[in-house]
Amino acid sequence: MNLLEFARGPAMQAATLVLVVGMFWRVTGIVLLRRRVAHAAARNPFAMRLLGGAVTVFTRTIPRRTFWPRVGTGVALSYVFHVGLFIVLFGGAPHILVIHEIFGVSWADLPKGVVVLASGLTLAALLALLVRRLTQPVLRLLSTPDDYISWLVIFLPLASGILLSGETVASYGTLLAVHLFSVELLMIWLPFGKLMHVALVFAGRGVLGYNFSRKGAVT
Amino acid sequence: MNEIAPPPVDVAKALRGFIGDIGPNIALSLESCVHCGQCAEACQFYVQTGDPRYTPIHKVELFKQSYNRELGPFAFAYKFLGLTPALTAETLTNWQDLVYDSCNMCGRCSLICPMGIDIADLVEQTRHGMYEAGLAPADFLGAIAQKEHATGSPFGLTSDTFRGLLHDIGVKYNVVMHVDEARADIVPTVSSIDVKTYPGAMAAIAKILNHLGQSWSFRTDGFDADNVSLTAGDRPGQDAITQGIIAAAISCGAQILVMPECGHSFTEMRWEAANAYGKDLPFRVLQITELVAENIQSGKLRVNKVVQTATYHDACQLSRRGGATAAPRVIFEALGVDLHELEDAGDANWCCGGGGGVALIKRAQPLRDAAFAIKQKQIEASGAPIVYTSCSGCRQTLEHGGKAAGWSTNVGSLLELVADNLAQ
Repeated sequence: MNLLEFARGPAMQAATLVLVVGMFWRVTGIVLLRRRVAHAAARNPFAMRLLGGAVTVFTRTIPRRTFWPRVGTGVALSYVFHVGLFIVLFGGAPHILVIHEIFGVSWADLPKGVVVLASGLTLAALLALLVRRLTQPVLRLLSTPDDYISWLVIFLPLASGILLSGETVASYGTLLAVHLFSVELLMIWLPFGKLMHVALVFAGRGVLGYNFSRKGAVT
Repeated sequence: MNEIAPPPVDVAKALRGFIGDIGPNIALSLESCVHCGQCAEACQFYVQTGDPRYTPIHKVELFKQSYNRELGPFAFAYKFLGLTPALTAETLTNWQDLVYDSCNMCGRCSLICPMGIDIADLVEQTRHGMYEAGLAPADFLGAIAQKEHATGSPFGLTSDTFRGLLHDIGVKYNVVMHVDEARADIVPTVSSIDVKTYPGAMAAIAKILNHLGQSWSFRTDGFDADNVSLTAGDRPGQDAITQGIIAAAISCGAQILVMPECGHSFTEMRWEAANAYGKDLPFRVLQITELVAENIQSGKLRVNKVVQTATYHDACQLSRRGGATAAPRVIFEALGVDLHELEDAGDANWCCGGGGGVALIKRAQPLRDAAFAIKQKQIEASGAPIVYTSCSGCRQTLEHGGKAAGWSTNVGSLLELVADNLAQ
């Protein structure tokens, strides 16, 4: 078994196991806590509250206009990073092939130039976000090792993916193995740190939207 | 003179206070933060001082750490690998000013959080632990919350004293007061700030209820809705006040419990009281502006037109946190007031600076003044000669802030404006 076979085989299986079990454990640990029933008479019926929760999942994507002057730069950088990552993940031909292999679905890939551009912008945004975190007093105060580990496990697959697409510094097989290992590192870390927000963001917004719709308050 | 040493900080009680009541909603909030820092930009204390310690989510850091170590899904790892420090008396003491002095529980941070974390709610939970530890600020705890817990009123007002006070107000303002009637459809409560400073607001409630023509009555066995205990973090005290008012309202068959011009008392009775009661309340809970607006809309309450330009300060607990943003606007429209809305009026409003019990902490005055400066600027920009509000706490903070700033702007009660302009 060579390095690439190991990365594709046992390493990927182990990382997947950690990802699935870890996410399940974390979500279960939250959901199984003793629930307090809200007895206060709601202003809105159940269906409206559910709708409020669903709508909030989308409306919290962009801050209210009054906040823009103070948070616009950070939000814009975050958008470049997230949208860029989405394009790379779901628009790049190799990724679509992998998705097809696993789930049996596929779609047309984006031109390589677009994906390369998105990769570059995503990487630049990621670096800018790190600089902000290291220099802005609020972000420095809030930051924990999780923030930097999470940054690293995103940076590595992105950087190795860019190198892989160029096939410049090593052979394709070696670069692919490195890329796969970096993805596996990300999968292993995801359930334990803030990257879990890929799932929690929907739950958090939905619950807040539901609860505030109950009050008839702004969500 | 010998200084009296403060009581020791009870770390074990703090921990129990923090983690004793965590359900899935709170756990989700504690698990979700991505450390983006946006909440700082919504907080008046950070915006005005630039001090990163005032970042809202940082204020609940000890609560979060306690959850991670003791209750979270990976508590075993946090605890045994030492990933999160254990609570100490020193860290708890260091967080006291963040949890109390620099948080109005206004929920503006909850409005911006991209993860949907209700940070104001987390602060309320954090205060439970701080109170248990003996860390509610001494003036706040000693003078007011403790007295409320012991007597049912922040100023220790007894039933007999309250009865006498209502009689005097009735005579002074020439209004019929209904007190301790055996049956009453509507039971109004009062704020201790009104009792102490704004008795006219109590007379105004009576005038409006008399105008409506339904049976109503103050209850001297459950009247003071202030609930300072809520903002102090005294959970048992909070529940005791609430249960007393519920029992009093039930005893006379109330259909509607009316909350005074007070933000946090509305939050407690409207949204939390039923949980303390353990089931649905057998009456509706309405803030006085809601009752007035509802009756204006149904045609039962008629008001005269007022030729006046004014602006309005939303109490956070009534608008953003309470869902009653529209009611005062209905009233202003009926009164024909030329309302100059403030920038960020309604749901995104800024707190006056005194909410969440901050008005009761003497040492917090510089912070309170810094927060008030935002409101002052907005009110002055509105060009209105008078600012109305529907919260006595806000009213008092605006008056004090305005006085310190040498203001010519007047501060008024929307409730009193209505009472003074009831159509005959």
